Amino acid sequence: MTEITMSPSAQATRVRRRSWGELVPFGVGLLVLAFGAVWMLLPLVWMVSASLMPLSEVIKVPPIWFAPGKYSLNNYIEVWSRVGFSRFFFNSVFVAFTITFAQLLTSSMAGFAFARYQFPGRTVIFILILSTLMIPFQVIMIPLFIMMARLHLVNTYWGMIIPAIVTPFGIFMMRQFMLGVPKPLLEAARIDGASEPYIFSRIMLPLCKPAIAALAIFAFLGSWDNFLWPLIVINSKELWTLPIAMSRFTEQYISQTHLQMAGASIMFIPVLIVFLLMQRHFIEGIALSGLKG
Amino acid sequence: MATQTAAATAAAATGRRRWSPQARREALWAYAFLGPAFFFLFVLILFPIIFAFWISLHDWSLIPREFPLIGLNNYIEALKDPLTIKSLKNTIVYTIGAVPVGMALALVLALIMNQDKLPLRTGFRTAYFIPVITSWVAVSFVWVWMFEPRYGLVNAFLAWFGITGIKWLASPVWALPAIMIVAIWKGLGYSMVIFLAGLQGIPRELHEAAKIDGASSWQGFRHITIPLLNPTIVFITVTAVIGSLQVFTPAVIMTTRQGEAGGPIDSTRVMVYHIYSTAFRYNRLGYGAALAFLLFALIMVIALVQMRLTQREIEYG
Repeated sequence: MTEITMSPSAQATRVRRRSWGELVPFGVGLLVLAFGAVWMLLPLVWMVSASLMPLSEVIKVPPIWFAPGKYSLNNYIEVWSRVGFSRFFFNSVFVAFTITFAQLLTSSMAGFAFARYQFPGRTVIFILILSTLMIPFQVIMIPLFIMMARLHLVNTYWGMIIPAIVTPFGIFMMRQFMLGVPKPLLEAARIDGASEPYIFSRIMLPLCKPAIAALAIFAFLGSWDNFLWPLIVINSKELWTLPIAMSRFTEQYISQTHLQMAGASIMFIPVLIVFLLMQRHFIEGIALSGLKG
Repeated sequence: MATQTAAATAAAATGRRRWSPQARREALWAYAFLGPAFFFLFVLILFPIIFAFWISLHDWSLIPREFPLIGLNNYIEALKDPLTIKSLKNTIVYTIGAVPVGMALALVLALIMNQDKLPLRTGFRTAYFIPVITSWVAVSFVWVWMFEPRYGLVNAFLAWFGITGIKWLASPVWALPAIMIVAIWKGLGYSMVIFLAGLQGIPRELHEAAKIDGASSWQGFRHITIPLLNPTIVFITVTAVIGSLQVFTPAVIMTTRQGEAGGPIDSTRVMVYHIYSTAFRYNRLGYGAALAFLLFALIMVIALVQMRLTQREIEYG
């Protein structure tokens, strides 16, 4: 290391400088990172670009990346009104919001019970919930479908929503987070005569904002992207969500790449905007679930 | 784990008086808060798993509504059915291909990102994370075009190196690797962020002390980074393997031709599609349920073996 000797105070304030021997791998690393980042974004950039072009431009050989002169919103207008994406978009948003709200409610309430109270069966119930974490959805989708059919919920919004009302992962995550909330805060409220629902909703929940944000993101994205269950439980076109509508492109609009890209962009752009606005919560949430989970 | 409240401790100390009004009140509130979640968990997960096993013992169809009990015949059939074996094989090949490569790339990227004073760190992190938040369905459509043999970007890129003529999704050999590439691309940012969090948890002093003792960067990586990163590695491996064994959306969207997915010649037929198709397209719910349990067993076995294997490395490290 080619570090010049300095006074201790100067040395402490100054971050150490890289030597030439370190600079080469650092530069190579940076190049690798940049090259990778280009590949990460290229397909999505092309997707949005192609969604703005007419089909004749999209299928040119060699491929055209950008054709600003030929950009228009025609594909979006066609997909949105003629193909019917306005309805599918509404369905997706409605189902995703309802599921997110339900999961936040059930998870935070159950997490609160585990983090705050002693009660008979506490450990047994908790282990039971943890063990359901391992169960793949594919195992329960067949009985769930039969149950939904018996309840006449096949081909309804409720049929889509109900199976996602509760998530063991969410309960686990809220419990972990709530265990970290200092007890005296809650005890003080109780001594002041606050009721338990008040302590839960006015004291505990505001302290759990990071966990709630993370869980909301997971729940929303999970529902937005869910393909398998709506494929099973939904038939009529009025109830299609965006993934189902998109999958129909493989049959009805097989070589209409420009329309496919407009549809894909409609799924992508709202999520991207929310992500860019709340990026910190996304990444912290991932780290939160990854490290504690 | 749980610190008991003063009241509960006092009650426990006196032994007999466990049900003080205070303790009873607490328990009632606990059940009230737990109620909704537990009810739905029971109805939507615990009951269905038992019901699923019951279904798997029958020749169950929806129309006509009849289901004779046939014992373990569905399981026996599953082990003999060439299509099931093919689907299992594809799923395992996909997992073995996608997970290690994805993890190695993510670790390399995380190590680069973890260096001091890296310019544009947040920008890079955003770029790598964007595919993670993008919906699988949208991504699958984009990559169908990327892999297009004539117009596609992948072949245009490969042509620079003189590689031409790979038909990707139209080829029984290359279709599954094409899906693996998409999965690696999409999952990279997620693993990288978790690796990065793990790396940042390793005290810097350890590496500095090793350097002073004359250790090379490789030795530092091998004997400090890897052992201390072990919990992160286990977490990512287990979640990635479980996720890969359940792959569905890209394997369906990218391969659907005339309403049938999994082609060409079943080379991309994966277990979840096989289960879905058996139960809901061919109306064999009993057999589908048995196949789902087969997948479940595979997931459990692999997760357990993996946890054992990866944990043992701590002792060597």
